[in-house]
Amino acid sequence: MKSLGSVEELEEARSAIRTGSGSRRRSITVCSGTGCQALGADRVLEAFRDELEKRNLSDEVNLKPTGCHGFCERGPIVVVEPGGVLYPGVEARQVPEIVSRTVLGGEIIDDLLYIDPITGERAVRKDDLAFYRHQQRIIIGDNERLNPGSIEDYIAIGGYAALGKVLSKMTPEDVIEEVKSSGLRGRGGGGFPTGRKWESCRRAKGEPKYVICNADEGDPGAYMDRSLLEGNPHRVLEGMAIGAYAIGSSEGYIYVRSEYPLATKNVQRAIEWAGKLGLLGEDILGSGFDFQVKVVSGGGAFVCGESTALMASIEAKRGEPRPKYIHTVARGLWNKPTTLNNVETWANIPVIIERGAEWYSKIGTEGSKGTKIFSLVGNINNTGLVEVPMGTTFEEIIFKIGGGIPDGRKLKAVQTGGPSGGCIPSQLMDMPIDFDALTKAGSMMGSGGMIVMDEGTCMVDIAKYFVNFLKRESCGKCTPCREGLYQMSEILEDISAGRGEIGQLDLLQQLAQVMRDASLCALGRTAANPVLSTIRYFREEYEAHIRDHVCPAKVCTGLVSYTIDPEICTACGRCRKVCPADAITGERKVPHEIDQEKCIRCGACFETCKFGAIVKV
Amino acid sequence: MSERDTSKIDSIIDQYGADKELLTSIFDEIQNEYGYLSRFALTRVSERLGVPEGQIYAVATFYKAFSLTPRGRHQIRVCLGTACHVRGAEAVLRRVERELGIEDGESTGDMEYALETVNCLGACALGPVVTIDDQYYGEMTPAKVAELLEKHRAGEVGK
Repeated sequence: MKSLGSVEELEEARSAIRTGSGSRRRSITVCSGTGCQALGADRVLEAFRDELEKRNLSDEVNLKPTGCHGFCERGPIVVVEPGGVLYPGVEARQVPEIVSRTVLGGEIIDDLLYIDPITGERAVRKDDLAFYRHQQRIIIGDNERLNPGSIEDYIAIGGYAALGKVLSKMTPEDVIEEVKSSGLRGRGGGGFPTGRKWESCRRAKGEPKYVICNADEGDPGAYMDRSLLEGNPHRVLEGMAIGAYAIGSSEGYIYVRSEYPLATKNVQRAIEWAGKLGLLGEDILGSGFDFQVKVVSGGGAFVCGESTALMASIEAKRGEPRPKYIHTVARGLWNKPTTLNNVETWANIPVIIERGAEWYSKIGTEGSKGTKIFSLVGNINNTGLVEVPMGTTFEEIIFKIGGGIPDGRKLKAVQTGGPSGGCIPSQLMDMPIDFDALTKAGSMMGSGGMIVMDEGTCMVDIAKYFVNFLKRESCGKCTPCREGLYQMSEILEDISAGRGEIGQLDLLQQLAQVMRDASLCALGRTAANPVLSTIRYFREEYEAHIRDHVCPAKVCTGLVSYTIDPEICTACGRCRKVCPADAITGERKVPHEIDQEKCIRCGACFETCKFGAIVKV
Repeated sequence: MSERDTSKIDSIIDQYGADKELLTSIFDEIQNEYGYLSRFALTRVSERLGVPEGQIYAVATFYKAFSLTPRGRHQIRVCLGTACHVRGAEAVLRRVERELGIEDGESTGDMEYALETVNCLGACALGPVVTIDDQYYGEMTPAKVAELLEKHRAGEVGK
């Protein structure tokens, strides 16, 4: 395809693609996101390619590797059109059968269909699955429709039309007004209104101005940004170009964490293609607007998700934050006005421009508009990416979409907002989720991680986990964060080992107050949230550790011991063999015993025993 | 390939246009090539980018992704993200440490394996996740990871 010199040429190219090869009636899509790739999607794709070639069907059937479909639990996902027949967990050996029976014969192979674990019903199409049926996938949904390596695919589904509209029919002020009235708030954590951020940056003095896409998705358990950038990189680039036009910038950066090699590769290739077609670079679509984008790789530091630390990192410095008396919209990267938004925020922009702020603002709640993508992970049946309107309740997400908790266990809490967030207890599950409700409940939206915890989770252990995480990640620049986390970690270590004292809960709360008031950046200011929210909702669990020296969930190794039930033990000797401390004794046919002095409480025997003879007490 | 091969390091630097904004990407690439960032390489990067050596070291030591000492041939990464944590990643890590006789951040004596923990690999559905080089292994338990390491040593997986 040649470079597109105007909006008309873009539209001509679009119709050409739609009537050309992209219009082939039959297609097979293979989800090739990181999750499905880990489960063997590449082998499945290869098998389809071979099979189609063998049958001389390569020109007739459109074989498409796509980005993440979100239903990671049951990857690799394959969808066959026409009919939209969805097969989960496909293996390469099943490929010939799928081609001959479904692709050629139009038949549905019952044995390969998804079976709902609760109702036992088979689902044929995506929308037959409870996981998808209750979602509103306006942002992530396009992942299924395109090969992230093909700009034609993106153009075919209407890509770059919003950029064309902006460049030909709207002034920068119009764009800002549209984004403001859409009610879009930043999807990266704080939830600052995007339009207002852009407006301040446009008004700020100083040239050049920069736009940055924050793809340093550091919250553990959150991967929606990775999936968007991996699966639909052009959508993010289009959003950035629109933002750059609005604030008056011609240079952009995408800061991607180094743990996401596929996202980096896909977005780099997308930049190259968009450049070739004149959708990035100089004089975009003949409008006179220039915009270049550079990809910067992060070095695996959590703090670099903070805007000023991220900018320092691009400036080839240590990724340490600075106080924000002067906002980054006025003085950001290289001390110039800078607009930084996260991946999901940028991906929302083309949708808002195309479908209009009025349509967009009808989705969601009073204070939080649009949809939000959550990564539903942890102790949940349907792990995956879930996009729902703001205001959806936890209950709907966890039970309707997520299929509830595995193994008939009970829900205990949901952790949102990453290490800066908190744990919402099961009794609050009817709460509609939006920015403000989560903050009120002592947590926050963060980037949308939603970690489901069942009754086997110890809340002291979770608090300790997050504090230790942040202790490792604190950059050390300011004292309250660096030392506060260190002290918190010591205290929680004591409590989980049964050495705690009751006054330590007050001490934790005092430390939290100091950290909240006096830390330099949001990492330190919010670092105590996991501790505070668990004390707030699960105080009795802390007290059990401290007063009774008991870990009710039987997680904290210092408070748990293992014994063997002689009634159940078959003396098979497996536990004796795996015990690294030689703490298990016993002969053949004689029930085994654990020497508590020698036992290091690693749990290896517990996990190995096939008969359930080893008990945690 | 010699670690003191200026031309290789230079070609990596040139590939990124000797652009100091891409310093971490340059480090990444050099580390991919040699397994770590040598003193020689850091000095060369400093000269070529015109960034003071002190600042180069400040950056190289700040980020977890970079190592200033040689590391084992095969990278084992144990994900400690929250989703993996609630499904028992700690026990998996302890088992790996015990099997290899090293701790997080160390390499085995024969320089065969290097062990590191990561905050989140974003493959939460598969948790607990362990990667060896770039291959993902999901739904790990202490027993399964021990078996995996044994197979890897024997050349039955990966390698």
